[in-house]
This record gives sequence, C-alpha cells and structure tokens, in this order.
Amino acid sequence: MTDYEHYEAVVVGCGPGGATAAKTLAEQGVETLVLERGTDAGAKNVSGGLLYGEQSAPYTFDDVFPGVRAEATERPVDDHYIHNIAGDTVKTFDLGKLHHHDTEWCDSVLRRTMDSWVAERVHEATRETGGGVLTDVHVNGLLREGGQIVGVTSEELDPIRADVIVAADGVNSELARDAGLMDWEEPEEWFQGVKAVVEMHPETINERFGLEEDEGDAHLFSGDLFDGVRGGGFLYTNESSLSIGTVFHLDSIADSGAEPHELLDSLLTHPLLEQWFDGEYHEREYSAKLVPDSKKVAHPSPHRGRLLLVGDAAGQMQAQGPVIKGMNHAVTAGGLAAEAIMEAKARGNPRSAGDLYEQKLYDEGVMAKLRPRRYRATHALSESDLVTGVGSRLLDSPVGTAGLKLFGGLLERAYNSPYLLGMIPDTRLTYVDVPTRIGEVLGTRVVDESEIDPPELDDRIGDLTYDVDDPHIELLDDSFEASGTAVTACPVSASGFGGGCYREETVTTNGTEEKKVSLDTQPCVECGTCAVVADTKWEHPGGGKGVEFEDG
Amino acid sequence: MHMVTLTKGVPDFREGKVSFDEEGHLERGKTPTVMNPNDKIALQAALQAKVRVGGRVSLMSMGPPGYKEVLQEGMEDVYADDLYLLSDREMGAADTWATAMTISTGLAMFDEEPDLIFAGFKTADGETGHTGPQTNWCIDINDELTDRPIITHVISLDIDEEERTVRAKRLVEGDISEIETVEADLPAFIVTDPEFEPSYRRAEYRLRYKDLREDAEERAEALDPEEDITVWDHEDLNLDPDFIGLDGSPTIVAGVDPIPKGPDEREATMIDPSDDSEMDSVFQELAAYAGGD
Repeated sequence: MTDYEHYEAVVVGCGPGGATAAKTLAEQGVETLVLERGTDAGAKNVSGGLLYGEQSAPYTFDDVFPGVRAEATERPVDDHYIHNIAGDTVKTFDLGKLHHHDTEWCDSVLRRTMDSWVAERVHEATRETGGGVLTDVHVNGLLREGGQIVGVTSEELDPIRADVIVAADGVNSELARDAGLMDWEEPEEWFQGVKAVVEMHPETINERFGLEEDEGDAHLFSGDLFDGVRGGGFLYTNESSLSIGTVFHLDSIADSGAEPHELLDSLLTHPLLEQWFDGEYHEREYSAKLVPDSKKVAHPSPHRGRLLLVGDAAGQMQAQGPVIKGMNHAVTAGGLAAEAIMEAKARGNPRSAGDLYEQKLYDEGVMAKLRPRRYRATHALSESDLVTGVGSRLLDSPVGTAGLKLFGGLLERAYNSPYLLGMIPDTRLTYVDVPTRIGEVLGTRVVDESEIDPPELDDRIGDLTYDVDDPHIELLDDSFEASGTAVTACPVSASGFGGGCYREETVTTNGTEEKKVSLDTQPCVECGTCAVVADTKWEHPGGGKGVEFEDG
Repeated sequence: MHMVTLTKGVPDFREGKVSFDEEGHLERGKTPTVMNPNDKIALQAALQAKVRVGGRVSLMSMGPPGYKEVLQEGMEDVYADDLYLLSDREMGAADTWATAMTISTGLAMFDEEPDLIFAGFKTADGETGHTGPQTNWCIDINDELTDRPIITHVISLDIDEEERTVRAKRLVEGDISEIETVEADLPAFIVTDPEFEPSYRRAEYRLRYKDLREDAEERAEALDPEEDITVWDHEDLNLDPDFIGLDGSPTIVAGVDPIPKGPDEREATMIDPSDDSEMDSVFQELAAYAGGD
C-alpha cells in the first residue's frame, strides 16, 4: 500500500455546504481536511444570491457560524416582489407571503466576502483536529483501490486517503462525475445564471429603494423582455451594490440561440430599472454559473462508497417557482452528511455514512423540497406542447383576458403559494406567456426611459481577474453541429465576437466550406455551459488558476 | 534542526524603485534597500526544510544598522524565526573574502551549531557568487565549526533527518543543462539556484506552512528591531579589525565604468507596406545580406 497521507474526512470545496460539513465534523473531533480550489474560499463561487435560514431546516448557516449574518452577509431581505412585464407596462405582485413562508431570515450575500469569512472559522475548527483548510488545491478525481473509492487525487498534492469524502465542489463537481453520479448530458436539467454586480452607495440604495439601514429588497422580473427564452431576472440589494442577473433554462437558451449577455442587458436597460439607476451604472463584476434544476437532477441517492455529495454537486438547488433556494439546502445537506459520518464512525462502520446521509435527507424533508412529488405528477402532462399551446391561446382569448382582470388578486395569491409553485411546469406558458399577459392586461406604463449603457462583452471579460493556466477544456468535436451552440450559449462568447471562448469559423478545405468551432479558454468564467451544450472534455483549471471573482 | 540563511541588502533594482543620476550612477540614497532576491530563494529552501522536518530558521546578514529592515523583510515574507546582524564600522566596505571571514565567525556564535546553512546564488549588486562558497571555506578553517560539504545550484532538496543526510538536485549548466542528484551528510552548506522551487506535495506540509505564515505575521508585527534583532559587532565576534572590512579586503576596485548605451538616434526610412516600389527597395536592400554575409 502506497504511503499516502490519510485523514478521517476530506471535504472538497469550502462553500456553504462544505464549510458546514467540515465545521460540524471538526466540532465532534473528526480529523477533517478541506481542499478548496480558489485562491480564497468564494473566489470561484457565484450565487444570485439570497441565503435563506428556513424554520423547518435542521441546520441554518448562522447556527453553524454564529456572527455570519452580522459580519459577512450583505443585507437582511424582507420584501420580495415580482414584476410581470409586457413591453413598458408592468404589473407588480408582492411575493411577501412566499418569501416569509418557512423563512426565519433571508440575507443577500456576495460569495467572496461570505465564504472567505466562513473559511477562516472552518480552518480554526478543523486545525484543532489535525486537519485544516487549504486553498489553491484542485481536487480532480477519486483515488480508487480495487475498484473502491479510498481518497482523492489533486493536481497540487500527492493522493490523499480518507475514511470518508464529502464532495461539496459545486455544480460542476468533478468528483460527482468521476463517481458516475452526475453528468452533463441534458440541457433540460440545468439553468444558466448570469449576473452583474453594480456599484451603488449604501445611502443611494436606501433612498432609491425606500430602505432603512440594514434593510434589503428582492425583485424578480418576467414577461416578454427576454425574447421568449424561459426564465427571468432578479435584483437584490447588497450593502453597497446591487446583484442583478438572469436565470434561464439552458435548453431554452441553447434552442433559441439567445446570447446570455444580451438577455442580461435587456433587463438592465428596461425602463422599470431606471427608477433605481437614475442614469448611473457602474458594473463591478460580470459572472455566470450553471444552476441545477433539482426537480430533475437532485440525486435521490447522492453517495457512493465513501463519497457523499453535498449542495450543487448533488443537484440540491430548489427552484420554488420564481424563487431559487440553493445555499440553504447545501447547508442542511452538509450538516446531515456530517451527522451521518459521525454516526457511522460511532458504529465502527464508516462506509455506512452514505446510506445514513440519504435517509436523513428524506427524513428531514430535504428531498421533498428538492423533488416535490406534485411536480412529478404534473410535468408529464403539463409540459406537453399540446397543453402549452392550448393554454397560450386561451390566455390570448377574450375569455382569458377577462379571467385575468377578474382574478388578478387570486393570481397574486397563486404566486405566493409554495404548494402550487412546487408543481408549476417548465414551459413558455408559465415563464413568458402568463407574466406577459398579466403585464398587458393588469399593468401600468413605466414613464421613465432607460439612460444606461451596459458594458460590451469584451469590457466585461477584460474587467475580470484571471490567472491563466493551460487550457482546461478540450473541444472533442469542433464541428458546428456538435459544438456550435456554445458560440451563443456561452456567457462570454457571442456570434461575430472574436474575444470570447467559443468562435465560429469557416474553414475551406479543397474548395469545400465547412463551419467549425474554435476554443480559447482564456476568458472562461468556468460556468460549465459548454460541458452540456458542446462536445468537450471539461475540467476545472488548476488550483488558484483561472477566473477569480472578487464579489461572486 | 537549525537552519541559517545568509542574506545581504541590495538596491531595489525593480523599475520605478531604482534611481540613477545623469551620468548613470546609482543614487544609493534615493534607492530603497531590499533583501537580495536570490537570498529570498535560499530562505524559501530553509523554510521548506523547516516545514518538512521542523526546527528553526535564523536569518543572518552583515551590513549597516539599516539592514535590520532587510532582516524584517525576511521575517515578513519568508517567515524567518530569528534575526542576526553583524554590524559595526570596522566591517564596512568588505569584499567577499572579508565578508566570508566575518560571517563564518558569526555562524560559530550560535549555541546550536547550524545543521544547514543556505546562501543565495549571487547578489543583485555584486554579482560575484563568491560569498557563499568562500564562507564555507572559512568554516573549514574555523575550529569552532564542523566542516561540511557544499552543494551549489540546488533546485530541489530533501532531508532525511534520521539518516542525517540531504539529497539535492542541482542544475548543471554546460553545453546542455543537466540535473544532477547528489547526496551529502549533515551538516551541509547549500547554495540555491534561482530555479529552486519549494515543493509542498503533502497537505500536512501546506497546513504547517499556513500555520507558520500566521505565526510569522504576528511575530513580524510585534517585532521591536532594537530588542529583537541580535546585533554582533567585531568585539562580540572577537575579530581583529585588520582582518575584516576594508582593511581585510584584498580586492581593490580600480574604477567603475558605466556600460556604454546604444545611440539614442538612428537613421530610419519609413516604408509604406502597400507601396510595391518602396517594398521592392527593401527587398533590394536586404538581398545583399541574404547570402548569410
């Protein structure tokens, strides 16, 4: 047996899920090593981001990390609205009831600030056990012996053995894929989020949003402003910035050929937002990430051998209608994974940790939130083209219009129903047609005109910080048929734009023209979109290499 | 394990820091003094040894009192444990010979004789590369210190504490560069190559390194240069002033000439690349050299 280092637990990734697992393990004296690939925890992480503390959850972030809300989150968010948009008419619904349903607290967060604060506490706790947190380490696979998972491999360190491995390495988890538990096959299973962090003075935020100090707002946007692409926009107030972004079904982006940065610009330049910008716009950071649609990909049995998946790595991201909850579930999963590991250890059978973890996810109701039965019951029927088509025509009909006028109040209540939102189908009808008709029929005209001019894509790329490594993505098939979708769907590429990751090229060979795709990974924001929509061999850059988010 | 790294303060030659007068002479007063960059590499090698096998790293320099800042830099940037400065007027203007004599005497002052002594390849100002090897020669003739093998151009280093050996890879530059692996008994003298790369392939090493960084940051912040840096003058070292400093230096610097600069103005003929006849004249001009003459 090779003389590799050994730790009782290795946690890969120091986001909310990994941090919670590691701190909980360390507090019980489990020797825990945390390996994080960013130069700093949070440097590789992007969230919308609202972090919820749910009343029903066995773990909340502030329980695990006392002081995190005071020290490392942005603003407590109490008010939540959705704006149904049709052209320049808008009908706003208050989502307060939905927002406060099962909510102990909700804070806006920027991941670099929060995760790095948390990682310091994790390091203190894990160091006591003989472990600790190491940054700049890219764990790229599982160490196996005799076909069994016995540890992890990384670029920067010799292989490490562990009694148990917690993979909290994010939506593009290489460990989950190495174990065969997750894949990048179906665009239908993913959302793509794109975000701009916009600088704004705290007092200006308070004045323009009507807030007091330590108060925050959340706004969602849907309707006809995104060219029919299924998804919507968000705006959250941070302490001295706004997080503004869009989240769309990846299959919808891929099929429509829409450019993600242009969809974001459609939101930024909508006249409704002028009331908050007042002609001033300073974009601090542009970022993107894949978001798993837990209804389809939350792994029902997220473990294999000594490996337990936590958070995004296991697809644990809940889209509760327009409200997306991910980090809170990662926290809970991290806590439950730690509990399971300790119980398994106490029984003298560390390998039983996975089964115990799975049981806890069901017993604590986490899986019921991530994969609601109501959705499973309804989506087969309601996502058929026939039903969508009939629904859309009905909405446009005089009967539909009259219904909207009559039942506008009921609609607002429906938007606030967690029960109904758990079963809404992923169709154009719900994402685009209904909000647009609500905006048309019930909305009022916005009088402002947008005066802002968002940065061009090359400026957005240029403002990001990179430490370039060898290319981390290999284009396996450069034909346009196989990989051409990446040219538009990649958030840092665009048709006719030469400075992005993916470019369309016409190659003439012996007089025959052929459309090809070329790749330059230098401006990559590591979202993983191209792993799904193109034929690539995808992995993360080396530890501390690649893009580094300042806000995240 | 006791490791000592030798260092020198040199002018900060980085662009924006260094200052020259109109005649091209270095303006010493306007140029900050920093730790010689190659010595930082040597200190990193010592730090690597400490991280892997434990012990303490002392940093020693010879120079004016202002070099205390250089030593502090070594503690802040490369986490040296304790700092020593050999300093008084008698030691001033020493050549490499007198420096080596003085430093080897300083090395004999430690209660715990150094297991490993590290020096950088050469200094950014003197560029001789002599001081390290000469110091080891002086150790050989110093009865208070154990003779030790010297390994130069070291690019990687492994220590076997139990066997009391050091295994090093050295970069041997000749017609082609070769990497030679050598092994020596401790104690030993190591001169690092600028290509030396510390290697921390085990998580435990990186965790210890992180601990040391936090510890060194605290120590560097709390450091009182007057109290916490040990200063030894020639009397402490029991050295005869005739054998150190300028008086003990056989080297005579006869003069310093600036390196001639290329002419500021050269004749140039602008060519429009789209003008065929102009481009043709370029080809005609170059054709004369095409034969390789």
